[in-house]
Amino acid sequence: MSEKVGTKKVSTSRIFVYVLLAIATFLSIFPLYWMFVMATNHNSAINSVPPAFIPGAELVTNFVKVIETIDFFGAIWNSLIVSTVTTIGVLFLCSLAGFAFAKFSFKGKNVLFVFILVTMMIPPQLGLIPQYFIITKLDWLNDLKAIIVPGLIDAFGIFWMRQYISSNVPDELVDAAKIDGCSNFRVYWNIAVPVIIPAFATLAIIRFMYIWNDFLWPLVVLREESSFTIQVALRGLIDNYVRDNGMILSGTFWATVPLIIVFLLLNRLFIQSLTEGAVKS
Amino acid sequence: MSRTDVSIKTHKKSSLNEKTKEAISGYLYVSPFFILFAIFGLFPILFSFYLGFQKWNGLGEMEYVGLQNFKWVLTDEIFWTSLTNTLIMWVLGTLPQLLIGIILAYALNSALIRMKSFFRVSIFMPYVTSTVAVAIVFGIMFNSQEFGLFNVIFGLFGVDPISWGTSWWGVKVAISTMVFWRWVGYNTIIYLAGLQAIPNELYEAAQIDGATIRQKIQYITIPMLRPIIILTVFTSTIGALQLFTEPLIYIGRTYREEGITVVLYLYREAFSNLAFGPASAAAIILFIIIIIISSINVLIANRIGR
Repeated sequence: MSEKVGTKKVSTSRIFVYVLLAIATFLSIFPLYWMFVMATNHNSAINSVPPAFIPGAELVTNFVKVIETIDFFGAIWNSLIVSTVTTIGVLFLCSLAGFAFAKFSFKGKNVLFVFILVTMMIPPQLGLIPQYFIITKLDWLNDLKAIIVPGLIDAFGIFWMRQYISSNVPDELVDAAKIDGCSNFRVYWNIAVPVIIPAFATLAIIRFMYIWNDFLWPLVVLREESSFTIQVALRGLIDNYVRDNGMILSGTFWATVPLIIVFLLLNRLFIQSLTEGAVKS
Repeated sequence: MSRTDVSIKTHKKSSLNEKTKEAISGYLYVSPFFILFAIFGLFPILFSFYLGFQKWNGLGEMEYVGLQNFKWVLTDEIFWTSLTNTLIMWVLGTLPQLLIGIILAYALNSALIRMKSFFRVSIFMPYVTSTVAVAIVFGIMFNSQEFGLFNVIFGLFGVDPISWGTSWWGVKVAISTMVFWRWVGYNTIIYLAGLQAIPNELYEAAQIDGATIRQKIQYITIPMLRPIIILTVFTSTIGALQLFTEPLIYIGRTYREEGITVVLYLYREAFSNLAFGPASAAAIILFIIIIIISSINVLIANRIGR
């Protein structure tokens, strides 16, 4: 803890803390910087001792090679569609269910809610194989629906929305709206939704990042290149016989940059959302 | 339902309609979760348990084989290798991650620090990078050749190039480093939130009583942080037991024994060997292992708690 005592002691511990944080910052950022360096250098500059440590001139050449190897923009587009549609769907379904759990009374409500919480503890691999066959039976292999529809199941989202609505949407407001003759859905739409925008933002970031970065499930159900998400497509870069590290890291770098930029712009919201979610549950 | 309805009816005529309407809306609004979960969650899980007792290649007829799949998996040396690997990488990746996370959170929480948000943002950044990207970048850094970044760095100290990608410990250290790098900042921020929730009066009171910094950490910080420490141990353990992406990207389709994990084993059995019975058995065994380790976690947590 910070001390207000003797100046000398304070300054040494202060320097120590700064050095520690500087090292941590360096180690956190360096791989990202190095990825950029590699993405701008020729493979031969990378595979030499010592390897390149400053950006080179191959930025465009490397990326052209990426586009020749994988359908980079197609994969980014697929990832965008999958992540956006799933996120919007999750926001709607979870807030609706959370609203019902928070403000309506119906039989078996608590049992149903506990059931939802219990499902959070099941490891996703347990049903992986039958899930794959269900997707096959539905003829959804290589179809983005295979990611989107199962992705709409979000127990945490319902839990999160219920907690938020319980403590932020006043009962009096709901009752008043009902007396005025609002239908239940109108109450949700006109009273609850405007109040829970912050909860939407949090859940949207958590879900979007999860779907964007997900790998195992897309790898199992997306087999054709035209349906690849960016994570699955990136794997195609390293599966080549000739390993061109400049090309590989160029693809990886440009696939990482969009999310990093969004993160830097909204860093406060990002950090708060992603960690608060974990702590609250 | 009818009894409550009747009692309401006697009070207010229209409220019966209101109550039923509300209940119908309630069921309607929560139903999407249950319908989707039944199809893509519950049914697959039950079917996994069924499949664990069948012989099936995915196309032909299924054949009931009793416990044979489980026997097959449990006598398969590679399964045990995958389990050992998973446990080793759990320790290698998780322990340093949590320890250093606490230290960094403590540093970030000290009042003297300027540029706090700069440090926070940079330390958190690795978490935004996708697991696949992390595995690719570190995979190239852990190249076994002399020009691999880590070999260059160790070379400065006169260490001969280490064959990271093919040695027993090399693969594990490389994969654990990937896990460590991506998650340490995330845990730091969680601990930081926990530290900030500790009321300052506690430290002030301790200060008046003449407590040393060490005593403050031991008697105030650690006990107050306990729930969050338990939470992070819990989540990172479950995550580590499901390790898949990093080893798959790093060791590729070879499924090298030095780096194969339980989920990778399961994936290989199912989608490479088309042995869906043993793969399902492996999934069930993994589920049981996760339950056991989680219960041990809970037990230890309760024991420490006073």
